[in-house]
Amino acid sequence: MSQSVVSVSNLRKSFGAAVAVDDVSFEIPKGQVLGLLGPNGAGKSTTIQILLGLITPTSGKVQLFGLDPWHDRVSVLQRANFSSAYVSLPHNLKVAENLEIFARLYGVKERKQKIESLLTLFEIEHLAKKMTGGLSSGESTRVNLCKAMLNDPDLLLLDEPTASLDPDIADKVRRLLLTYQKERGITIVYTSHNMKDVHELCERVIFLSEGKIIADGSPDVILDQFDEASLEEVFIAIARDKVKMRSSGEQEGGADDVAL
Amino acid sequence: MLRFDRIMGLFQRYVFIYMRGSFRILDVAFWPVMDLLVWGFVSVYFIGLNGSGKPGAVTFLIGAIILFNILYRSQQAVTISLLEDLWSRNLLNIFVAPITVAEFICATYMVGLAQVIFVGLSTSILAAFLYHFNVLSMGFLLVPLFLNLIVMGWSLGMLSSALILRYGHQAEALCWALPYLVQPFSAVFYPISVLPSWLQPVAKLSPASYVFEGMRSILQGNSHVENDLLWATGLNIAYWIFFSVFYTRMLQAARQGGSLARLVS
Repeated sequence: MSQSVVSVSNLRKSFGAAVAVDDVSFEIPKGQVLGLLGPNGAGKSTTIQILLGLITPTSGKVQLFGLDPWHDRVSVLQRANFSSAYVSLPHNLKVAENLEIFARLYGVKERKQKIESLLTLFEIEHLAKKMTGGLSSGESTRVNLCKAMLNDPDLLLLDEPTASLDPDIADKVRRLLLTYQKERGITIVYTSHNMKDVHELCERVIFLSEGKIIADGSPDVILDQFDEASLEEVFIAIARDKVKMRSSGEQEGGADDVAL
Repeated sequence: MLRFDRIMGLFQRYVFIYMRGSFRILDVAFWPVMDLLVWGFVSVYFIGLNGSGKPGAVTFLIGAIILFNILYRSQQAVTISLLEDLWSRNLLNIFVAPITVAEFICATYMVGLAQVIFVGLSTSILAAFLYHFNVLSMGFLLVPLFLNLIVMGWSLGMLSSALILRYGHQAEALCWALPYLVQPFSAVFYPISVLPSWLQPVAKLSPASYVFEGMRSILQGNSHVENDLLWATGLNIAYWIFFSVFYTRMLQAARQGGSLARLVS
Protein backbone atom coordinates (compact mmCIF):
# COMPACT_ATOMS: atom_id res chain seq x y z
CA MET A 1 0.00 0.00 0.00
CA SER A 2 2.73 2.46 0.92
CA GLN A 3 4.49 1.65 -2.39
CA SER A 4 1.52 2.85 -4.44
CA VAL A 5 2.11 6.05 -6.33
CA VAL A 6 -1.58 6.31 -7.18
CA SER A 7 -4.30 4.96 -4.97
CA VAL A 8 -7.94 5.27 -5.99
CA SER A 9 -10.68 3.72 -3.91
CA ASN A 10 -14.43 3.68 -4.55
CA LEU A 11 -14.14 6.74 -6.75
CA ARG A 12 -17.43 8.13 -7.99
CA LYS A 13 -18.15 11.27 -9.96
CA SER A 14 -21.58 12.30 -11.12
CA PHE A 15 -22.66 15.41 -12.98
CA GLY A 16 -26.30 15.74 -12.04
CA ALA A 17 -27.97 12.48 -13.01
CA ALA A 18 -25.10 11.38 -15.26
CA VAL A 19 -22.53 9.14 -13.61
CA ALA A 20 -19.11 9.56 -15.24
CA VAL A 21 -17.07 7.40 -12.86
CA ASP A 22 -18.81 4.71 -10.88
CA ASP A 23 -17.13 3.11 -7.89
CA VAL A 24 -13.70 2.75 -9.44
CA SER A 25 -10.78 1.40 -7.40
CA PHE A 26 -7.20 0.73 -8.46
CA GLU A 27 -3.65 1.18 -7.28
CA ILE A 28 -0.56 1.88 -9.36
CA PRO A 29 2.74 0.78 -7.89
CA LYS A 30 5.94 2.73 -8.40
CA GLY A 31 7.47 2.27 -11.84
CA GLN A 32 4.40 0.79 -13.52
CA VAL A 33 3.15 1.97 -16.91
CA LEU A 34 -0.63 1.78 -16.84
CA GLY A 35 -2.85 2.19 -19.88
CA LEU A 36 -6.24 3.66 -19.08
CA LEU A 37 -8.49 2.74 -21.97
CA GLY A 38 -12.08 2.89 -22.98
CA PRO A 39 -14.46 4.26 -25.58
CA ASN A 40 -15.51 7.90 -25.58
CA GLY A 41 -17.53 8.65 -22.48
CA ALA A 42 -16.10 5.67 -20.59
CA GLY A 43 -14.82 7.87 -17.77
CA LYS A 44 -11.09 7.81 -18.44
CA SER A 45 -10.78 11.57 -19.01
CA THR A 46 -12.76 12.26 -15.85
CA THR A 47 -10.53 9.86 -13.92
CA ILE A 48 -7.37 11.56 -15.25
CA GLN A 49 -8.84 14.99 -14.51
CA ILE A 50 -9.59 13.90 -10.94
CA LEU A 51 -6.00 12.67 -10.59
CA LEU A 52 -4.82 16.07 -11.85
CA GLY A 53 -7.03 17.89 -9.35
CA LEU A 54 -9.17 19.55 -12.02
CA ILE A 55 -12.33 17.84 -10.85
CA THR A 56 -13.33 16.98 -7.30
CA PRO A 57 -14.92 13.56 -6.84
CA THR A 58 -18.47 13.09 -5.62
CA SER A 59 -17.24 10.37 -3.28
CA GLY A 60 -14.32 8.02 -2.81
CA LYS A 61 -10.70 8.59 -2.05
CA VAL A 62 -7.72 9.51 -4.21
CA GLN A 63 -4.13 9.65 -3.05
CA LEU A 64 -1.00 10.46 -5.02
CA PHE A 65 2.28 9.63 -3.27
CA GLY A 66 0.15 9.02 -0.18
CA LEU A 67 -1.09 12.62 -0.26
CA ASP A 68 -4.45 14.22 -0.91
CA PRO A 69 -4.18 15.89 -4.35
CA TRP A 70 -6.47 18.77 -3.29
CA HIS A 71 -5.18 19.44 0.18
CA ASP A 72 -1.50 18.93 -0.74
CA ARG A 73 -1.92 20.19 -4.29
CA VAL A 74 1.43 21.94 -4.74
CA SER A 75 3.47 19.10 -3.17
CA VAL A 76 1.73 16.52 -5.35
CA LEU A 77 2.02 18.52 -8.57
CA GLN A 78 5.70 19.19 -7.87
CA ARG A 79 6.29 15.42 -8.27
CA ALA A 80 3.94 14.87 -11.22
CA ASN A 81 3.57 16.20 -14.72
CA PHE A 82 1.23 15.97 -17.66
CA SER A 83 1.27 16.06 -21.42
CA SER A 84 -1.53 15.90 -23.93
CA ALA A 85 -1.82 16.12 -27.67
CA TYR A 86 -4.73 18.51 -27.09
CA VAL A 87 -2.86 21.05 -24.98
CA SER A 88 -0.38 23.57 -26.39
CA LEU A 89 2.27 25.87 -25.13
CA PRO A 90 1.86 29.55 -26.05
CA HIS A 91 2.41 29.82 -29.81
CA ASN A 92 4.09 33.20 -29.86
CA LEU A 93 6.93 32.15 -27.57
CA LYS A 94 10.10 30.36 -28.62
CA VAL A 95 10.46 26.73 -27.57
CA ALA A 96 13.30 27.55 -25.17
CA GLU A 97 11.31 30.42 -23.65
CA ASN A 98 8.30 28.19 -22.99
CA LEU A 99 10.48 25.55 -21.39
CA GLU A 100 12.34 28.18 -19.36
CA ILE A 101 9.06 29.46 -17.94
CA PHE A 102 7.80 26.00 -16.97
CA ALA A 103 11.21 25.16 -15.52
CA ARG A 104 10.79 28.21 -13.26
CA LEU A 105 7.26 27.17 -12.29
CA TYR A 106 8.50 23.69 -11.34
CA GLY A 107 11.43 25.16 -9.43
CA VAL A 108 14.04 23.45 -11.62
CA LYS A 109 17.60 24.30 -10.70
CA GLU A 110 20.14 24.76 -13.50
CA ARG A 111 17.34 25.35 -15.94
CA LYS A 112 19.46 25.85 -19.06
CA GLN A 113 21.30 22.55 -18.69
CA LYS A 114 18.06 20.72 -17.97
CA ILE A 115 16.34 22.18 -21.02
CA GLU A 116 19.33 21.42 -23.26
CA SER A 117 19.54 17.82 -22.04
CA LEU A 118 15.82 17.23 -22.66
CA LEU A 119 15.93 18.82 -26.10
CA THR A 120 18.88 16.55 -26.90
CA LEU A 121 17.09 13.49 -25.51
CA PHE A 122 14.11 14.16 -27.78
CA GLU A 123 16.39 15.07 -30.70
CA ILE A 124 14.95 18.55 -31.08
CA GLU A 125 17.80 20.78 -29.91
CA HIS A 126 17.59 22.61 -33.27
CA LEU A 127 14.09 23.83 -32.33
CA ALA A 128 15.13 25.78 -29.23
CA LYS A 129 14.93 29.15 -30.95
CA LYS A 130 11.92 28.38 -33.12
CA MET A 131 8.49 29.81 -32.39
CA THR A 132 6.29 27.15 -30.79
CA GLY A 133 3.44 28.05 -33.15
CA GLY A 134 5.56 27.12 -36.17
CA LEU A 135 6.23 23.53 -35.11
CA SER A 136 4.85 20.42 -36.80
CA SER A 137 2.63 18.04 -34.78
CA GLY A 138 5.55 15.71 -34.16
CA GLU A 139 7.83 18.51 -33.03
CA SER A 140 5.11 19.98 -30.86
CA THR A 141 4.47 16.62 -29.19
CA ARG A 142 8.15 16.25 -28.35
CA VAL A 143 8.32 19.79 -26.96
CA ASN A 144 5.27 19.01 -24.80
CA LEU A 145 7.01 15.88 -23.55
CA CYS A 146 10.12 17.94 -22.73
CA LYS A 147 7.90 20.23 -20.67
CA ALA A 148 6.40 17.17 -18.96
CA MET A 149 9.84 15.92 -17.94
CA LEU A 150 11.36 19.18 -16.76
CA ASN A 151 10.83 18.37 -13.10
CA ASP A 152 11.94 14.70 -13.37
CA PRO A 153 8.43 13.63 -12.38
CA ASP A 154 7.78 10.48 -10.37
CA LEU A 155 4.36 10.31 -12.00
CA LEU A 156 3.65 11.18 -15.61
CA LEU A 157 0.11 11.45 -16.95
CA LEU A 158 0.02 11.23 -20.74
CA ASP A 159 -3.20 11.85 -22.62
CA GLU A 160 -2.91 10.49 -26.16
CA PRO A 161 0.64 11.78 -26.61
CA THR A 162 1.02 10.20 -30.05
CA ALA A 163 -2.32 11.33 -31.48
CA SER A 164 -1.97 12.92 -34.93
CA LEU A 165 1.63 11.76 -35.33
CA ASP A 166 2.84 9.85 -38.38
CA PRO A 167 3.92 6.23 -37.68
CA ASP A 168 7.61 7.10 -37.83
CA ILE A 169 7.41 9.91 -35.27
CA ALA A 170 4.94 7.96 -33.12
CA ASP A 171 7.43 5.09 -33.02
CA LYS A 172 10.25 7.47 -32.06
CA VAL A 173 8.16 9.00 -29.27
CA ARG A 174 7.21 5.54 -27.96
CA ARG A 175 10.86 4.46 -27.87
CA LEU A 176 11.93 7.65 -26.15
CA LEU A 177 9.23 7.25 -23.55
CA LEU A 178 10.20 3.64 -22.93
CA THR A 179 13.88 4.52 -22.60
CA TYR A 180 13.12 7.39 -20.25
CA GLN A 181 10.76 5.29 -18.15
CA LYS A 182 13.27 2.44 -17.84
CA GLU A 183 16.12 4.80 -16.95
CA ARG A 184 14.21 6.67 -14.29
CA GLY A 185 11.70 4.06 -13.15
CA ILE A 186 8.84 6.55 -13.23
CA THR A 187 5.17 5.69 -13.04
CA ILE A 188 3.13 6.50 -16.12
CA VAL A 189 -0.62 6.68 -16.65
CA TYR A 190 -1.23 6.55 -20.37
CA THR A 191 -4.43 7.06 -22.33
CA SER A 192 -4.55 6.42 -26.04
CA HIS A 193 -6.78 5.17 -28.80
CA ASN A 194 -3.70 3.73 -30.47
CA MET A 195 -3.69 0.16 -29.22
CA LYS A 196 -0.23 -0.51 -30.68
CA ASP A 197 1.14 2.20 -28.40
CA VAL A 198 -0.61 0.67 -25.44
CA HIS A 199 0.54 -2.87 -26.15
CA GLU A 200 4.16 -1.75 -26.53
CA LEU A 201 4.30 0.64 -23.61
CA CYS A 202 1.92 -0.55 -20.94
CA GLU A 203 2.57 -3.49 -18.66
CA ARG A 204 -0.94 -3.14 -17.30
CA VAL A 205 -4.20 -2.00 -18.83
CA ILE A 206 -7.46 -0.90 -17.26
CA PHE A 207 -10.50 -0.86 -19.53
CA LEU A 208 -13.31 1.44 -18.51
CA SER A 209 -16.83 1.40 -19.86
CA GLU A 210 -19.74 3.53 -18.65
CA GLY A 211 -17.63 4.66 -15.72
CA LYS A 212 -16.80 1.20 -14.45
CA ILE A 213 -13.67 -0.93 -14.66
CA ILE A 214 -14.46 -3.94 -16.78
CA ALA A 215 -10.95 -5.33 -17.27
CA ASP A 216 -7.69 -4.92 -15.41
CA GLY A 217 -4.51 -6.83 -16.22
CA SER A 218 -1.52 -7.10 -18.50
CA PRO A 219 -2.25 -6.74 -22.24
CA ASP A 220 -1.56 -10.43 -22.87
CA VAL A 221 -3.78 -11.57 -20.02
CA ILE A 222 -6.58 -9.33 -21.28
CA LEU A 223 -6.25 -10.76 -24.79
CA ASP A 224 -6.59 -14.27 -23.36
CA GLN A 225 -9.56 -13.32 -21.24
CA PHE A 226 -11.41 -11.64 -24.06
CA ASP A 227 -10.32 -14.26 -26.56
CA GLU A 228 -9.34 -11.60 -29.07
CA ALA A 229 -6.19 -11.29 -31.19
CA SER A 230 -5.43 -7.65 -30.39
CA LEU A 231 -6.23 -4.93 -27.91
CA GLU A 232 -7.95 -3.09 -30.73
CA GLU A 233 -10.44 -5.93 -31.06
CA VAL A 234 -10.98 -5.92 -27.32
CA PHE A 235 -11.57 -2.18 -27.50
CA ILE A 236 -14.09 -2.60 -30.34
CA ALA A 237 -15.86 -5.37 -28.47
CA ILE A 238 -16.19 -3.16 -25.41
CA ALA A 239 -17.21 -0.11 -27.42
CA ARG A 240 -19.93 -2.08 -29.23
CA ASP A 241 -21.25 -3.30 -25.94
CA LYS A 242 -20.50 -6.96 -26.60
CA VAL A 243 -19.03 -7.11 -23.14
CA LYS A 244 -21.52 -7.16 -20.34
CA MET A 245 -20.65 -6.76 -16.73
CA ARG A 246 -22.32 -9.05 -14.32
CA SER A 247 -22.68 -6.65 -11.44
CA SER A 248 -20.91 -3.65 -10.01
CA GLY A 249 -19.77 -5.72 -7.05
CA GLU A 250 -17.66 -7.91 -9.30
CA GLN A 251 -15.52 -5.18 -10.81
CA GLU A 252 -13.03 -5.27 -7.99
CA GLY A 253 -11.88 -8.63 -9.30
CA GLY A 254 -10.89 -6.94 -12.57
CA ALA A 255 -10.61 -8.88 -15.79
CA ASP A 256 -11.55 -12.21 -14.27
CA ASP A 257 -15.05 -10.97 -13.78
CA VAL A 258 -15.67 -9.92 -17.35
CA ALA A 259 -18.26 -11.88 -19.22
CA LEU A 260 -18.44 -11.76 -22.96
CA MET B 1 2.98 30.53 1.06
CA LEU B 2 3.71 32.72 -1.94
CA ARG B 3 6.85 31.76 -3.86
CA PHE B 4 8.39 34.76 -5.62
CA ASP B 5 10.25 32.66 -8.22
CA ARG B 6 7.00 31.08 -9.40
CA ILE B 7 5.26 34.45 -9.57
CA MET B 8 8.19 35.77 -11.61
CA GLY B 9 7.97 32.73 -13.87
CA LEU B 10 4.34 33.52 -14.64
CA PHE B 11 5.08 37.24 -15.00
CA GLN B 12 7.95 36.50 -17.38
CA ARG B 13 5.55 34.48 -19.54
CA TYR B 14 3.15 37.43 -19.86
CA VAL B 15 6.04 39.76 -20.66
CA PHE B 16 7.14 37.41 -23.46
CA ILE B 17 3.58 37.21 -24.78
CA TYR B 18 3.23 41.00 -24.87
CA MET B 19 6.71 41.58 -26.30
CA ARG B 20 6.11 39.05 -29.08
CA GLY B 21 2.65 40.19 -30.04
CA SER B 22 2.77 43.66 -31.53
CA PHE B 23 -1.04 43.66 -31.64
CA ARG B 24 -1.11 43.03 -27.89
CA ILE B 25 1.02 46.09 -27.25
CA LEU B 26 -1.11 48.04 -29.71
CA ASP B 27 -4.24 46.95 -27.84
CA VAL B 28 -2.85 48.21 -24.55
CA ALA B 29 -1.81 51.58 -26.01
CA PHE B 30 -4.46 52.11 -28.69
CA TRP B 31 -7.69 52.54 -26.71
CA PRO B 32 -6.41 54.93 -24.03
CA VAL B 33 -4.82 57.14 -26.70
CA MET B 34 -8.00 57.07 -28.83
CA ASP B 35 -10.11 58.00 -25.77
CA LEU B 36 -7.81 60.87 -25.04
CA LEU B 37 -7.79 62.16 -28.61
CA VAL B 38 -11.53 61.88 -29.30
CA TRP B 39 -12.93 63.09 -25.98
CA GLY B 40 -10.22 65.67 -25.47
CA PHE B 41 -10.85 67.33 -28.83
CA VAL B 42 -14.64 67.01 -28.48
CA SER B 43 -14.55 68.95 -25.21
CA VAL B 44 -12.20 71.58 -26.66
CA TYR B 45 -14.70 71.99 -29.53
CA PHE B 46 -17.76 72.33 -27.25
CA ILE B 47 -16.03 74.85 -25.06
CA GLY B 48 -15.28 76.87 -28.19
CA LEU B 49 -18.93 76.68 -29.32
CA ASN B 50 -20.36 77.70 -25.99
CA GLY B 51 -18.73 80.83 -24.68
CA SER B 52 -19.94 80.14 -21.17
CA GLY B 53 -18.12 76.79 -21.06
CA LYS B 54 -15.60 76.54 -18.31
CA PRO B 55 -12.04 75.67 -19.39
CA GLY B 56 -11.85 73.52 -16.23
CA ALA B 57 -14.20 71.04 -17.93
CA VAL B 58 -11.43 69.96 -20.30
CA THR B 59 -9.08 69.44 -17.38
CA PHE B 60 -11.67 67.31 -15.55
CA LEU B 61 -12.34 65.26 -18.65
CA ILE B 62 -8.67 64.64 -19.47
CA GLY B 63 -7.94 63.72 -15.85
CA ALA B 64 -10.94 61.37 -15.83
CA ILE B 65 -9.85 59.67 -19.06
CA ILE B 66 -6.33 59.07 -17.75
CA LEU B 67 -7.54 57.80 -14.39
CA PHE B 68 -10.31 55.61 -15.81
CA ASN B 69 -7.76 53.93 -18.05
CA ILE B 70 -5.76 53.07 -14.94
CA LEU B 71 -8.79 51.21 -13.55
CA TYR B 72 -9.56 49.65 -16.94
CA ARG B 73 -6.01 48.38 -17.65
CA SER B 74 -5.64 47.01 -14.15
CA GLN B 75 -8.87 45.00 -14.53
CA GLN B 76 -8.06 43.95 -18.09
CA ALA B 77 -4.60 42.64 -17.19
CA VAL B 78 -6.00 40.24 -14.59
CA THR B 79 -8.66 38.82 -16.90
CA ILE B 80 -6.81 38.96 -20.23
CA SER B 81 -3.89 37.07 -18.69
CA LEU B 82 -6.28 34.21 -17.92
CA LEU B 83 -7.83 34.47 -21.37
CA GLU B 84 -4.39 34.43 -23.06
CA ASP B 85 -3.78 31.00 -21.54
CA LEU B 86 -7.26 29.88 -22.44
CA TRP B 87 -6.95 31.02 -26.06
CA SER B 88 -3.52 29.42 -26.49
CA ARG B 89 -4.77 26.13 -24.94
CA ASN B 90 -2.13 26.45 -22.26
CA LEU B 91 -4.41 26.85 -19.25
CA LEU B 92 -4.32 23.14 -18.43
CA ASN B 93 -0.52 23.24 -18.27
CA ILE B 94 -0.81 26.12 -15.80
CA PHE B 95 -3.49 24.48 -13.67
CA VAL B 96 -1.48 21.27 -13.31
CA ALA B 97 1.75 23.10 -12.48
CA PRO B 98 2.72 23.42 -8.81
CA ILE B 99 1.55 26.99 -8.41
CA THR B 100 -1.07 28.32 -6.04
CA VAL B 101 -4.09 30.34 -7.05
CA ALA B 102 -2.66 33.27 -5.08
CA GLU B 103 0.60 33.10 -7.06
CA PHE B 104 -1.32 32.99 -10.33
CA ILE B 105 -3.36 36.04 -9.35
CA CYS B 106 -0.31 37.91 -8.04
CA ALA B 107 1.38 37.47 -11.42
CA THR B 108 -1.65 38.98 -13.16
CA TYR B 109 -1.56 41.89 -10.67
CA MET B 110 2.04 42.50 -11.70
CA VAL B 111 1.03 42.50 -15.36
CA GLY B 112 -1.63 45.05 -14.42
CA LEU B 113 0.92 47.25 -12.67
CA ALA B 114 3.25 47.14 -15.67
CA GLN B 115 0.40 48.08 -18.02
CA VAL B 116 -0.80 50.85 -15.71
CA ILE B 117 2.67 52.40 -15.64
CA PHE B 118 2.91 52.18 -19.43
CA VAL B 119 -0.58 53.59 -20.08
CA GLY B 120 -0.34 56.20 -17.31
CA LEU B 121 2.94 57.54 -18.66
CA SER B 122 1.97 57.53 -22.33
CA THR B 123 -1.44 59.19 -21.84
CA SER B 124 -0.01 61.75 -19.39
CA ILE B 125 2.70 62.77 -21.86
CA LEU B 126 0.16 62.97 -24.69
CA ALA B 127 -2.25 65.03 -22.55
CA ALA B 128 0.54 67.44 -21.64
CA PHE B 129 1.46 67.84 -25.31
CA LEU B 130 -2.07 68.21 -26.73
CA TYR B 131 -4.04 69.88 -23.96
CA HIS B 132 -1.39 71.34 -21.66
CA PHE B 133 -2.74 69.07 -18.93
CA ASN B 134 -0.17 68.37 -16.26
CA VAL B 135 -1.15 65.22 -14.37
CA LEU B 136 1.57 65.98 -11.82
CA SER B 137 -0.35 69.10 -10.82
CA MET B 138 -2.26 66.75 -8.51
CA GLY B 139 0.97 66.28 -6.57
CA PHE B 140 1.52 63.36 -4.22
CA LEU B 141 -2.22 62.82 -3.91
CA LEU B 142 -1.99 61.24 -7.33
CA VAL B 143 -0.39 58.17 -5.69
CA PRO B 144 -3.34 57.17 -3.46
CA LEU B 145 -5.76 57.97 -6.30
CA PHE B 146 -3.86 55.67 -8.67
CA LEU B 147 -3.47 52.94 -6.04
CA ASN B 148 -7.18 52.90 -5.28
CA LEU B 149 -8.03 52.57 -8.95
CA ILE B 150 -5.46 49.80 -9.41
CA VAL B 151 -6.89 47.81 -6.49
CA MET B 152 -10.45 48.32 -7.72
CA GLY B 153 -9.30 47.07 -11.14
CA TRP B 154 -7.81 43.97 -9.49
CA SER B 155 -11.11 43.27 -7.72
CA LEU B 156 -13.12 43.65 -10.92
CA GLY B 157 -10.53 41.48 -12.69
CA MET B 158 -10.99 38.74 -10.11
CA LEU B 159 -14.76 38.99 -10.50
CA SER B 160 -14.67 38.63 -14.30
CA SER B 161 -12.02 35.87 -14.15
CA ALA B 162 -14.00 33.93 -11.55
CA LEU B 163 -17.11 34.06 -13.71
CA ILE B 164 -15.13 32.89 -16.76
CA LEU B 165 -13.72 29.95 -14.77
CA ARG B 166 -17.19 29.04 -13.55
CA TYR B 167 -19.29 29.70 -16.65
CA GLY B 168 -16.74 29.28 -19.44
CA HIS B 169 -16.44 31.07 -22.76
CA GLN B 170 -19.93 32.61 -22.57
CA ALA B 171 -18.68 34.84 -19.73
CA GLU B 172 -15.67 36.13 -21.71
CA ALA B 173 -17.51 39.30 -22.79
CA LEU B 174 -17.51 40.40 -19.13
CA CYS B 175 -13.80 41.03 -19.44
CA TRP B 176 -14.53 44.12 -21.54
CA ALA B 177 -18.02 44.93 -20.27
CA LEU B 178 -17.47 45.00 -16.52
CA PRO B 179 -15.54 48.30 -16.24
CA TYR B 180 -18.16 49.98 -18.41
CA LEU B 181 -20.95 48.55 -16.25
CA VAL B 182 -19.55 50.33 -13.20
CA GLN B 183 -18.51 53.49 -15.07
CA PRO B 184 -21.91 55.31 -15.06
CA PHE B 185 -22.14 54.89 -11.27
CA SER B 186 -18.54 55.82 -10.54
CA ALA B 187 -18.69 59.57 -11.08
CA VAL B 188 -15.96 59.29 -13.71
CA PHE B 189 -16.97 62.20 -15.95
CA TYR B 190 -19.52 63.96 -13.72
CA PRO B 191 -20.07 64.39 -10.00
CA ILE B 192 -22.37 62.10 -8.03
CA SER B 193 -24.79 65.02 -7.58
CA VAL B 194 -25.67 64.83 -11.30
CA LEU B 195 -27.17 61.38 -10.82
CA PRO B 196 -30.85 61.02 -9.84
CA SER B 197 -31.21 60.90 -6.07
CA TRP B 198 -32.16 57.20 -6.08
CA LEU B 199 -28.92 56.34 -7.94
CA GLN B 200 -26.61 58.35 -5.71
CA PRO B 201 -26.45 55.68 -2.95
CA VAL B 202 -25.36 53.17 -5.63
CA ALA B 203 -22.56 55.51 -6.72
CA LYS B 204 -21.41 55.80 -3.13
CA LEU B 205 -20.76 52.06 -3.09
CA SER B 206 -18.14 52.42 -5.82
CA PRO B 207 -14.59 53.21 -4.60
CA ALA B 208 -13.93 54.88 -7.95
CA SER B 209 -16.61 57.52 -7.33
CA TYR B 210 -14.58 58.83 -4.35
CA VAL B 211 -11.41 58.79 -6.43
CA PHE B 212 -12.96 60.82 -9.24
CA GLU B 213 -14.70 63.23 -6.87
CA GLY B 214 -11.33 63.62 -5.14
CA MET B 215 -9.58 64.21 -8.45
CA ARG B 216 -11.99 67.02 -9.35
CA SER B 217 -11.52 68.60 -5.92
CA ILE B 218 -7.75 68.51 -6.30
CA LEU B 219 -7.89 69.97 -9.79
CA GLN B 220 -10.03 72.80 -8.39
CA GLY B 221 -7.31 73.54 -5.89
CA ASN B 222 -8.79 71.76 -2.87
CA SER B 223 -6.25 69.31 -1.52
CA HIS B 224 -8.38 68.20 1.47
CA VAL B 225 -9.64 64.95 0.03
CA GLU B 226 -8.75 62.71 2.98
CA ASN B 227 -12.38 61.75 3.47
CA ASP B 228 -12.75 60.64 -0.15
CA LEU B 229 -9.51 58.68 0.04
CA LEU B 230 -10.54 56.97 3.27
CA TRP B 231 -13.86 55.88 1.81
CA ALA B 232 -12.22 54.66 -1.38
CA THR B 233 -9.58 52.70 0.55
CA GLY B 234 -12.07 51.17 2.98
CA LEU B 235 -14.42 50.07 0.22
CA ASN B 236 -11.52 48.74 -1.84
CA ILE B 237 -10.24 46.59 1.03
CA ALA B 238 -13.74 45.20 1.60
CA TYR B 239 -14.30 44.44 -2.12
CA TRP B 240 -10.83 42.94 -2.52
CA ILE B 241 -11.45 40.50 0.35
CA PHE B 242 -14.94 39.72 -0.93
CA PHE B 243 -13.83 39.04 -4.51
CA SER B 244 -10.81 36.99 -3.39
CA VAL B 245 -13.19 34.70 -1.51
CA PHE B 246 -15.61 34.78 -4.46
CA TYR B 247 -12.80 33.73 -6.86
CA THR B 248 -11.85 30.81 -4.62
CA ARG B 249 -15.48 29.71 -4.28
CA MET B 250 -16.09 29.91 -8.04
CA LEU B 251 -12.95 27.86 -8.68
CA GLN B 252 -14.17 25.25 -6.20
CA ALA B 253 -17.57 25.18 -7.90
CA ALA B 254 -15.86 24.87 -11.30
CA ARG B 255 -13.89 21.88 -10.00
CA GLN B 256 -17.01 20.25 -8.59
CA GLY B 257 -19.21 20.88 -11.61
CA GLY B 258 -16.55 19.89 -14.13
CA SER B 259 -16.65 23.26 -15.90
CA LEU B 260 -12.97 23.88 -15.15
CA ALA B 261 -11.98 20.61 -16.83
CA ARG B 262 -14.18 21.39 -19.84
CA LEU B 263 -12.72 24.88 -20.09
CA VAL B 264 -9.06 23.90 -19.99
CA SER B 265 -9.21 20.64 -21.95
